[in-house]
Amino acid sequence: MMDGNQMVIELRNICKNYYLGKQEVPVLSNISLSVESHEFVSIMGPSGAGKSTLMNILGCLDRPTSGSYRLAGEEVAGLSDEQLAYTRNREIGFVFQSFNLLPRLSALDNVILPMVYGNVYKSERRPRAEALLRELGLGERIGHMPSELSGGQRQRVAIARALVNDPAIIMADEPTGNLDSKSTKDVMDILVRLYKTGKTIILVTHEASVADYATRHVILADGQISQDLRRKP
Amino acid sequence: MTNNIYLESVLMAWNSIVSSKMRSLLTMLGIIIGVCAVIVLVSIGYGVRSNIEKNISSLGSNLLIVMPGSSRSAGVRSAAGSMQTLTYKDYEAIKKLPNIESAAPSIKTSYVVVYGNKNWTTSVVGVTDDYAKVRNLSVESGRLWTETEFNKRDRVAVIGTTVATQLFGDESPLGKKIRINNDPFTVIGVLESKGYSFSDQDDRILAPFTTVQERMMGITYVSTIELTTVNSNVMTQVQSDITNLLRTRHQIQTGQDNDFSVENSQDILKTMESTTSTLTLFLGSIAAISLVVGGIGIMNIMLVSVTERTREIGIRKALGATYHMIIIQFLIEAVTVSVAGGIIGILAGIGISWLVSSLTSLSTVITALPIIGSFFFSVIIGLVFGLYPARKAAKLNPIDALHYE
Repeated sequence: MMDGNQMVIELRNICKNYYLGKQEVPVLSNISLSVESHEFVSIMGPSGAGKSTLMNILGCLDRPTSGSYRLAGEEVAGLSDEQLAYTRNREIGFVFQSFNLLPRLSALDNVILPMVYGNVYKSERRPRAEALLRELGLGERIGHMPSELSGGQRQRVAIARALVNDPAIIMADEPTGNLDSKSTKDVMDILVRLYKTGKTIILVTHEASVADYATRHVILADGQISQDLRRKP
Repeated sequence: MTNNIYLESVLMAWNSIVSSKMRSLLTMLGIIIGVCAVIVLVSIGYGVRSNIEKNISSLGSNLLIVMPGSSRSAGVRSAAGSMQTLTYKDYEAIKKLPNIESAAPSIKTSYVVVYGNKNWTTSVVGVTDDYAKVRNLSVESGRLWTETEFNKRDRVAVIGTTVATQLFGDESPLGKKIRINNDPFTVIGVLESKGYSFSDQDDRILAPFTTVQERMMGITYVSTIELTTVNSNVMTQVQSDITNLLRTRHQIQTGQDNDFSVENSQDILKTMESTTSTLTLFLGSIAAISLVVGGIGIMNIMLVSVTERTREIGIRKALGATYHMIIIQFLIEAVTVSVAGGIIGILAGIGISWLVSSLTSLSTVITALPIIGSFFFSVIIGLVFGLYPARKAAKLNPIDALHYE
């Protein structure tokens, strides 16, 4: 659907302010960033630099205070809540630091959930979810509840859930923050594999070793982009 | 296979209810108790009513009751029957009127009755033999008094089954001496049980009219005169004959009020019905209050569960759930819980009504109205009290919900 070097994400002069009581606190100021299709971008920076806020705006979970955000050529500010929900469902897959699996649903049902909201035919759901879980090495754990899985397994379930509607972009917010080094490597290997199959990956992290997997490093400081480095994969 | 967002939401709501059984059960409890209370209390109300109707109609449709009017002093009217204007002579005169099958005077008072070391307060009714005919009473064991005993004002008594149980237990009361208001009486018979309507119909003692009136109370008037007509067509005629007769006998001038009243069983039935409807309404409203409290319980739990599940809502929204999907899921959860509670409450209510009627002397009548009414009420409660927390949940910004701690 998208050409190799089409702009997937175009941010222009994005600002985001929060209110602490009556005081306005700027978190992001004048961020302009373009991401092409099939890039692996890491967003780094110290705590409080605005990494997660930027990620939330990119993921359509939050709206910017001002500025323009075009996602796959479409201005996000003009989308209704329904359209935003559709976008989150179809175009973006989220991976969170704290996994964010629904605790009362099995691994399989967690993966099925985006297909429920995405109106996928019922007969397709289970095979698709099972295939993905098996691909990520969770074939034996399909019916387990999240509480019965290790951190690395939970994050792999979360990745399966992010992938199940075949989105073009994967957004991972500190995906390895709660994982040991072995699981970290597993998860990063999966992300690299996804990048190689053509997904666009945005990764927020504060660990340089994790960021090294990416092909482009955007470094934030005090709500502004301080460096934007590309390297050949 | 079709995709229906409502069906999906029902399934999701169902999963959520099943996966948190305790919370769902607690939520349902309020509704269960409310619906159950409505059904049980209303069925008791209807039971009392149908019992009274049955009893009054068992008196026969051709029963007339003559009672003294209410006394009036300085413009204040006392209760009907409080005057002492009816006499035994009135009874004898009425008895001679045409179309009357049988008539009986009665006088009623309340005394402590003692047998051995047991005592029981009950009503003692002084009557003539015809009372049994008028009231369809029969003696289960023993006998009624003889004419000689009646004329001699003998102290003999025929007791109801409740009195027999209370005083004698399993012992046979026949021939035993009891003391009524300290006068020794011989029990000569036990009445056949008439059951319960408004008051226990078996909790009474019959004694010869003459004995009660003269020996015990020392009065000259009678409380009521009850009579049956030969058939129900002549009721109105007899009613006006009695009125004319008594007006003449009591020397009431034209334009003056009667100092007595003549009522037929239909009139009494109507009065009783209005009393029992009030009773049913009263019981029903108590139950309705508990239903509303149950509804507030649902709202509480829904609010708590929305707060508790804010993160879950955030995750669902991040995965692409829309406002409508979230609101429908929560609404369906609330309605499913209240409908399930309603159904359990209905079954429990029917069961308890059945138990009440089989274990106690109260009878219950289960009708469709309280069942249908309380069921729809519980659905509406689910909708109304589910809507507010559902809206609150669905409106949350996904990132605020996700970061909720």
